[in-house]
Amino acid sequence: MSQRLIAPPGAILALILIAVFLMPSPAAGQLKLGTNALNVAPAPSAEAKPWAVGKTPDEQPDLQGYWTNNTMTPLQRPGGVTKESYTKEEFFDALKKQAERDGEEATPGTVEDVHYDHSQFGLDRTQGKLTPNLRTSMITDPTDGRIPPMTQEGKKRAADLAAQKRKQGAQYDQAENLSTTTRCIYMGAIPMIPPAYNNNYQIVQGPGYVMILVEELHETRVIPMDGRPHAPQSVRSWLGDSRGHWEGNTLVIETTNFNDKVAFQGGSRDLKLTERLTRTGEDTMKYEFTVEDPHTWTQPWKAEMPVTKGVGPIFEHACNEGNYSMSNMLAAARRDEKKAAEAAAKKGNQ
Amino acid sequence: MRNRYRNTIAGFAGLGVLIALILTPTPYHAQTQAQPYRAPRTKDGKPDLNGIWQAVNSANWDIEGHGAAPGPLWQLGAEFSVPPGLGVVEAGPIPYKPEALQKKQENFADRMNRDPEIKCYLPGVPRAMYMPYPFQIITSPQHIMMAFEYAGAVRTVYMNHSDAPADSWMGWSNGHWEGETLVVDTTDFNDLSWFDRAGNYHSDALHVVERFTAADKDHLNYEATIEDPKVFTRPWKISMPLYRIVEKNAQILEDKCVEFSEEVLYGKLAKVPPK
Repeated sequence: MSQRLIAPPGAILALILIAVFLMPSPAAGQLKLGTNALNVAPAPSAEAKPWAVGKTPDEQPDLQGYWTNNTMTPLQRPGGVTKESYTKEEFFDALKKQAERDGEEATPGTVEDVHYDHSQFGLDRTQGKLTPNLRTSMITDPTDGRIPPMTQEGKKRAADLAAQKRKQGAQYDQAENLSTTTRCIYMGAIPMIPPAYNNNYQIVQGPGYVMILVEELHETRVIPMDGRPHAPQSVRSWLGDSRGHWEGNTLVIETTNFNDKVAFQGGSRDLKLTERLTRTGEDTMKYEFTVEDPHTWTQPWKAEMPVTKGVGPIFEHACNEGNYSMSNMLAAARRDEKKAAEAAAKKGNQ
Repeated sequence: MRNRYRNTIAGFAGLGVLIALILTPTPYHAQTQAQPYRAPRTKDGKPDLNGIWQAVNSANWDIEGHGAAPGPLWQLGAEFSVPPGLGVVEAGPIPYKPEALQKKQENFADRMNRDPEIKCYLPGVPRAMYMPYPFQIITSPQHIMMAFEYAGAVRTVYMNHSDAPADSWMGWSNGHWEGETLVVDTTDFNDLSWFDRAGNYHSDALHVVERFTAADKDHLNYEATIEDPKVFTRPWKISMPLYRIVEKNAQILEDKCVEFSEEVLYGKLAKVPPK
């Protein structure tokens, strides 16, 4: 009868994490404490000797391998935080407070008391290898770490979209009313902001192309590097049309031709995304992206995050093929409606 | 007798080639065609199979030979009717066990409910290789990737052997080179994918060994040996050419078909089911 689904509150885990993070880093880099949760890549040391990126057989900077960008750092700076970066102590204090909030006791039998066991569904980020990032937001520009204000056009589009959604009916009326994530259609593979789980990537460089396999939804970004123009404007898609080139050792990927449905942070189909990937060490890479969309925001904005060597291989994420939850949710909604109708009919007969 | 004159014959032949080379390009051309094709090499010295490829046949409708037939929906008329094909199965028919053949026939009869392609499910192997969509091969020394337009399916071929963590739709592929040929050995499939729209199927015991060999600069010879003791009485083979998409601006486009299959998958559970 109890609705309580949670495992022990995450606060304990946060405390363990604090202890681990504050320990001096061993030379080997990774802390192997018997649980995957606590594998933390080393922070680059100031005394480290200069590191030079290797080359592929055809002389491109070698970015190949498995990578992860799993992080606790949010895209936007949380309210009340003014610093650009935390100290380690502050970071864990914030983490601990979050864990305590997640683990708060509520009155049994109330909706507030329904907790998911995040670790059971891989939604607890500490289950994977964490990429250390003490920044308080991924956004670096504007300097307040927040997405810039929307233009009038952007606001109007968002309002129109919301009105359109309302016309489609309630959330569980049909599959189309649910999020593209629930529908296994699109989980925000671009820009590569870490999703709740499966935040793993594989880069393979072949002649003339860089391929980035995004584990979530097995999104395969095959990026031409030969300087060809973008596909015609009429060819639009969820992940858009990417073209890459090298600027020194940095892989620069420019993407346009998005469809009307992506709406990354409320952006328009004419959003232009520029991503920059730079190896900073054997196990580290910097990922930066710039969003330009004058139809939506008053200024372009930028974000950056570290990426670390991940653990391969990447397994097939067959989401649509195993999407039982969709059927379950819709079937449950139909059953509720039927029960409500029966109850109403019964009441009418009395 | 033959051996005795071999050197003399070879000498004459060599001289002949030389004369032919000097006098006219035609016999020289004939001579080179008789040799197996040697593909250009990637920078790491392997045959270069990089490119965008596609099968041009009607195997996705039925891997066995078949005549033209009406499609499953009369409303679409000629547009979704079955084009004829000679089939890609070598020395057919497919050697089904009797009870398995019966299941294949049931699959076909109930294909509107059962064909995984209708639901935008991952195509499996070998079906992915001859669906009517292009795919791209991207090679590196450690991994050879195959990125498919249909459903955004992808295969990783591990050139340094790797073991499957679990069964999957696309299976687990390990590859190696045998001279000019890329050999890909794939196991650890689930039992959910089909070979075509005709209901040809396999179990989770499926084992596929594929061979990719460049026939010339724009063709690959593709063959796959299919073994599944739960369904077939013996291993059997399919083969076909794969054609290079030669357009300069060719690229693998996005075809997220999940969105198009939602009415099939969930329509009956909607508040207002589709008519």
